[in-house]
Amino acid sequence: MRFFLAALEFIADPANWAGPTGIGARLLEHLLYSGLALVLAALIAIPLGLYVGHTGRGRELAVGVSGALRAMPSLGLLTFLAVSMGFGLRLSIIPSTIVLAILAIPPLLANTYAGVEAIDETVVDGARSTGFSEGQIVGQVELPLAAPMIVGGLRSATLQVIATATVSAYLGLGGFGRYILDGLPIRNYALMLAGSLLVMALALVADGLLALLQRAVTTRGVRAATGQSLGPDRGRPREQRATSASTTGAQP
Amino acid sequence: MNWLSSNLDQVLRLTLNHLAMAIPPIVISLLLSIPLGWVAHRNRVARQLLLTGSGILYALPSLPLFVLLPIIIATKILDPLNVVVALSLYGLALMVRTATEAFDSVSAEVRDSATALGHSMGQRFWRVDLPLAGPPLLAGLRVVSASTLSLVSVGALVGVPSLGYFFTDGYTRSFLLEIGVGIIGTVLLAVIFDVAIQLGGRLFMPWLRATDTRRARR
Amino acid sequence: MMRTASRLIALLTVCCLTLAGCSNADPLDTGNAGAAPGSSTVVRVGSASFPESEIIAELYAQTLEAKGIKVDRTMQIGARDVYIAALRDGSIDLVPEYTGNLLQFFDAQTKAKTPEAVAAELAYSTPSGMKVGRPAPAEDKDAYNVTKQFSQQHNITSLDDLRTYSGTLRVGGNAEFAQRPYGPKGLTNVYGVPADRIQMIPIADSGGPLTVRALAQGEVDAADIYTTTPAIRDEGFVVLKDPKNMIMPQNVVPLMSTRVDRQDVVDAVNAVSAKLTTDDLIAMNARNQGADKASPRDIASAWLKQKGLA
Repeated sequence: MRFFLAALEFIADPANWAGPTGIGARLLEHLLYSGLALVLAALIAIPLGLYVGHTGRGRELAVGVSGALRAMPSLGLLTFLAVSMGFGLRLSIIPSTIVLAILAIPPLLANTYAGVEAIDETVVDGARSTGFSEGQIVGQVELPLAAPMIVGGLRSATLQVIATATVSAYLGLGGFGRYILDGLPIRNYALMLAGSLLVMALALVADGLLALLQRAVTTRGVRAATGQSLGPDRGRPREQRATSASTTGAQP
Repeated sequence: MNWLSSNLDQVLRLTLNHLAMAIPPIVISLLLSIPLGWVAHRNRVARQLLLTGSGILYALPSLPLFVLLPIIIATKILDPLNVVVALSLYGLALMVRTATEAFDSVSAEVRDSATALGHSMGQRFWRVDLPLAGPPLLAGLRVVSASTLSLVSVGALVGVPSLGYFFTDGYTRSFLLEIGVGIIGTVLLAVIFDVAIQLGGRLFMPWLRATDTRRARR
Repeated sequence: MMRTASRLIALLTVCCLTLAGCSNADPLDTGNAGAAPGSSTVVRVGSASFPESEIIAELYAQTLEAKGIKVDRTMQIGARDVYIAALRDGSIDLVPEYTGNLLQFFDAQTKAKTPEAVAAELAYSTPSGMKVGRPAPAEDKDAYNVTKQFSQQHNITSLDDLRTYSGTLRVGGNAEFAQRPYGPKGLTNVYGVPADRIQMIPIADSGGPLTVRALAQGEVDAADIYTTTPAIRDEGFVVLKDPKNMIMPQNVVPLMSTRVDRQDVVDAVNAVSAKLTTDDLIAMNARNQGADKASPRDIASAWLKQKGLA
């Protein structure tokens, strides 16, 4: 409790917010590392997921790759890339972004193809019969209908990435992980706890914002076409739906 | 590769450490998630509490949890139990949600017919709800297994030896082979666990195979 | 937030209690956590999280094993604060240390300058529950290294010259270096370098190859690289002189818990100290970090054989 109060005091002190090593700067750094990784992961996982979902091809491969990526130890990959790429300190952000993106790909990929697969086939056939090209079907039918699921995947990816972005500090980068790794060797529990609370707060705020986004992309049409109300789970991280989807297939 | 053969005993020792810290959280999170998920499925307040709690827990970085646990549960700072407890909490955070949704997904008609056949509440749980919730539980367990095996290595930063030792030691002397052995070791364990969990699932849930083929045909 | 926090606490408590209940059956509970004080049948050897410390810890461990004493190893625990806490809470019994830094850790106000004075004060300042063994001739100090080019260009050969450096001095080192009395704070307090002209850049490899590379490539201006690092010679770095003795003498010394109550253990460890030289450390580090990549275990056993201690 003592450490908890000291941590809150640290966060509440305006003096700790300013300057290049202040909480403000650390927040921006943390957002930058997480954001870069999520964008990179989305650029890879969403098109891939749409392809798999649309064609039904490469599904086993996607499941396998997702599983393998999940098993990758972040710390190991981070140290391996940092040592092997030899970019030096300033470009440590490259290995850090890759490691975090690898973390974000499995939930995004799984939710994207599961989201597409969950669409009622009659909807897709209907679009096809009214003269939509395959590209149009993906872009104008499947993507919008799968959007809530995709954002759900983005939510679990975001939670994990924000929590794990702390290890970037091991490579000398900033972000809230700095407080944790600076506090670790000197057993400054209050500082480590302050870092953790900031990470959690950021993760929960990001999750809340994405929940709003998820609601916004869930139109009445989506609910009708996917034949599923988002039900009692709307507004909560869809971690498990994502994970079950990635391993056993979309819930029927 | 010379390094690997001359350090094989260390690789084995650290692998055993790794396993000893990874297996309990995986088992514990499965065993505890079933009753907790059931309670969350049945009771709104419990549901709110458990699912919110697990969501928040999931946003907590692992490293500080390893360090802060000794204060909370009065263990010694190098006790592997700190890592085991922390990873059990993460595993549980994932599995409680899985279990809740798994029980939710059992259709009301199936339940009603079980009741109509004269099943008591307990009988229905063991004969209907749990078997039907099995496949999603298994899927969740596979994710917990992979992420637990990966997170154990973070313990190396707080002096709890595992394959993660190769990451920090390899980093301090820029030795890629050593880091690589740690990564490959972790991934191999994850693959073995994954296969074992799937086989275990088939063993305990012979109906799984049928479900799988039905899905594939869909 | 308060409501969610209390929910979290409730959940955590429930889980912790449940898990604590399971802990008796834990396969990891080999019993070494609860050894009774005074029973030192097994000596638990620990080390700091950098290779040289693990090598010295291996020297201790193997020399004890050669005497038929059982040893349990917990290598690369972390920084000083962490392994000292581990020594206090009974997780380890013995760890290699360095006299000056350890003395400063126990007594921040110390003014000792010579190796003898440091050793004497250390024996006096070591808190109850711990004791130090015999300091070795071997010494490994923290040191501010700069490149030859930087040294010549700015005419800086000593820490005292740093005050004249006009730019912001980027100092690379482990994160905890920022908090040490001989870290950036020391540059300000002892050598008068303005705090706002020092930028600490954390590098987590304890003066290892990444720190060396960062310095060589000019990503930092100065780096804390320990004096027994072979790369200092290989790269031709300039170790800045320390005329005001900010960095204290750092002889390798065994730090033990008083739970280690067997004289044969103390004697065996002190025998290692008696023969360990600075050149030995440099040579052993070179085998560990260089092309050899030899393990601390192999390096230690070779040294002990050579010195007739195993």
